[in-house]
This record gives sequence, structure tokens and C-alpha cells, in this order.
Amino acid sequence: MKYTEEHEWLRPEADVIVVGITAHATTQLGDIVFVELPEVGTKVAKNEEVVVIESVKAASDILAPIDGEIVEVNTDLADTPALANEDATGAGWFFKIRPSDVSQIDGLMDEAAYNAFIA
Amino acid sequence: MNELFHTPLHALHVELGAKMVSFAGYAMPVQYPSGVLHEHLHTRSKAGLFDVSHMGQVRVEGADYITAATALETLIPVDILGLEPDRQRYGFFTNDAGGIQDDLMISNRGDHIFLVVNAGCKANDIAYLKARLSGVAVTEITDRALLALQGPAAETVLSTLNAKAGSMRFMDVASLSLAGVECWVSRSGYTGEDGYEISVPSAQAEAFARDLLAHPDVAPIGLGARDSLRLEAGLCLYGHDIDTDTTPVQAGLGWAIQKVRRNGGDRAGGFPGADVILAELGNGAARKRVGLLPEGRAPMREGVPLFAQVDDEIPIGMITSGGFGPTVGAPIAMGYVPTAQAVTGTRVFGELRGKRLPLTITSLPFTPANFKR
Repeated sequence: MKYTEEHEWLRPEADVIVVGITAHATTQLGDIVFVELPEVGTKVAKNEEVVVIESVKAASDILAPIDGEIVEVNTDLADTPALANEDATGAGWFFKIRPSDVSQIDGLMDEAAYNAFIA
Repeated sequence: MNELFHTPLHALHVELGAKMVSFAGYAMPVQYPSGVLHEHLHTRSKAGLFDVSHMGQVRVEGADYITAATALETLIPVDILGLEPDRQRYGFFTNDAGGIQDDLMISNRGDHIFLVVNAGCKANDIAYLKARLSGVAVTEITDRALLALQGPAAETVLSTLNAKAGSMRFMDVASLSLAGVECWVSRSGYTGEDGYEISVPSAQAEAFARDLLAHPDVAPIGLGARDSLRLEAGLCLYGHDIDTDTTPVQAGLGWAIQKVRRNGGDRAGGFPGADVILAELGNGAARKRVGLLPEGRAPMREGVPLFAQVDDEIPIGMITSGGFGPTVGAPIAMGYVPTAQAVTGTRVFGELRGKRLPLTITSLPFTPANFKR
């Protein structure tokens, strides 16, 4: 699993990459009550706003961690946004992206680096 | 946060793991580790303890109650002379344009009047009272904390400390000894729940708060949940839903202006902006505060412009408070729209992240009030 400084995690799965936000991020955000996901088929560029998360108190943006095409979104989050709090790296995933250049993830942090980053 | 004032409960908040934020010049707990959602629901089902020591406590004293009440009625469009001893009333300072300078609680304490004003306005309020009133003494009380115990279990909890707490009615005030502490208690609050606000000597505040928190039904609650609770209860937050550009009639607070202060009443007018406010009470205001239910799950917050039609260019109003209502289980908001459109069931559109999304105008509150009348 790889991590961004924006507290996203990326998990390669076959030819796509699953993306969500870390438990550390969901703790900081507080109770998540709404997640606005991109449409399947959307082509996104790295650092483009791709998801809006609303916690009880505030809205925040999630940026695309890499270039690619959104191939699937977690529709369960639409009905149960709290999944992002309860199971950040499991059932609370946000979207799957087919990378246009898979090597882009090489520059991201690994788990040890991320843990040091948030420490 | 070195520049911020600390309330007498600051060390306790930190010990309890609160996330502290700057609010009206004070370091205040916005939430505790259990989170805003849980704190909100706990207050609705059991009892929440809030530190509201940042708010201003003010004593207004004249030769007698009548002198003090008569003086205050020149600044506040409320029947203060007719307020019974040991009773409290909601009111507001108005300006010459009829706008609201602050909202406050007013208690008849027999030989004086006790006011509770907003933290962000208190310095102005006190200077204003001192400048505008003659023949009365205006004293800020700086040696007492203010706690709020809110929720359906509040009565049981406080009654264990003094049975008299349980016999108080909504908006009664009393001096009570609670756990050996001399407290000024009112049966009121700002969450839509039954509960109490308790003024406690600063030196005893922390021990008193610990006594309350020792009860299994009581949890500490931060400003985050205080905001979502008052929003669900349809209560205005000063500086957001009401301000110097908003009149009491526009804000739906005309009920707080008793008959005696209205046209035809024995003490009609005589407060700043009376011409504007009394005319609006008679003829209606051009705009009104309404409840708004966004369709879908996306919260719409303060500042979202409202449009009558999905493709209109000019907004008709704006959201002044909005967020997620944990008890409602959906996004909720309040805002202003022209009175002609302020009809329950009317659909309007809010612009959120460049998209126009529908909301339905609804009556307030979003959750029924639970006061002990």
C-alpha cells in the first residue's frame, strides 16, 4: 500500500488502484456524513479535485493521487458515509482508478514513511 | 493559543482530551474524543455538560428592580418590568435601524437583573449599557463560570444534588446549593432540550463539573455539538442567523416582543429601532428566516446562495447556518428568503460547488423542543 501527503492510501489490485483515505485522516475529519464521488468514466489528472467529503463540521476535498480513469466508485458510501470512519482502509474505499502511468505511484510513501509523516 | 483567555474549566477540557479551538477570544473545546455526532446524540438521549463560561454574566442594579427594569427597557424591546421575580426571558439589544446588536437572557433576581450575553458581544454590550443607562450600576461578573447541563436526564442528575432543581419550571431562576456550591440556576438552555444553565464561583467550577461528570448519564459536550443541537432546535446563532442587519421580525423572533411593548401596549416602543420593528410587526417584514431541508445528502452550509429557480441569475437569499442534523439524520439549514417565498413546501435551489441543488422550505424546529413547561 502507498500513501500520499494528503492522507490517501492506494492499493494496487489487478490493473487498477483502489483509493481511500487513512484512518488518521478520518479521525482528524471527525464523523463523515457525506461523500461526493466522481462519475465512473471520468478522466482525472493528478492533484485534481476528485472527491468531496463532508464531516459534521466542514467540507474537504480529496485530490486525485495519480493520472487515470475512474473505473468504479464505492456506492455504499453514498448511503453509509460513516463507512469511511469505521473501516477506512477496507469497506470505506472511495474509488478505483486505472492509472495512465502506473509508475506514478513509485514516488509515494510506503507505510513506514507515512507513519513517520503523521507521527 | 497563548493569547486566548481560558475558562475555569480549561485544564479539565485538556485532561478529557478535548480538541481546543479559538472562539470569541477563548480557548474552547470544540469536541471530545467521542466526536460531535456522538456528543449530539448523547445530549438528546441523556445529558450533556457544556462549558459556556465564555459568555458574559452581567448584573444590572438600580435603587430597586423597577428602576433597573425601566432603564433596560430603553434598550431592549421586551417586557422586563412585568417579568416576575425568579423568572427569565429571552431578548435582544436593537439598533436604530431595528437590527439586532446581540441576543441575551434576562432574569429578575429580585433586587437586580441578571443578564447572560454572547461572548463575542460582551465587551460591546457592557460598554453600551454603561454609556446608555444612568442611575443604574452595570457590573460584569468575572469570578463565576457558567455551565449548561442539557438533555432529558438533566433533571434527574441535578435533583440528586438538590431536590428543588426538579421543581423548577422552564425559565425559572433560583439560587441553589448544589453539592455544597452556591449556584445561580436557570431552567433553560440553547439545545432544544430540557436543562439548566448554572453559574458557579470560578474556584469551585472544576470540582462541580467533575461531580456532574461522575454521573453515568452525563458526558462533556463541545461547541461542535452545541452548534448542531441549536440548529436542529431552530435557534439563532448571533453573528450568523441574526446580526445588526437583521430585525427581530425578519428573524422570526417577534414572539419575544410582548404585547405591552407593541403598538397599543402600555409601554409601546421606546427602544432603538422601534419605528422599524413595530411597523414590521404590523405589516410583516420583506424577508423571513426559514428552515431548509436540502434534498439528497450533501450538507449546505452558511453562505450558500439561494435561488428561486434552478437557472436564475440573482439569488433571493442565503443560508445563514447549515450542516448535518444528527437527530434528523439528514442535512438541515436555516436562511433568509423573501416573505412571499417563505412558505412551507416551497422549493428553492442552493448553489453548492457550482451546482444548483434543490431544498424545501420547512417549518422550524427540525426536532421538537423538549422543555418542561
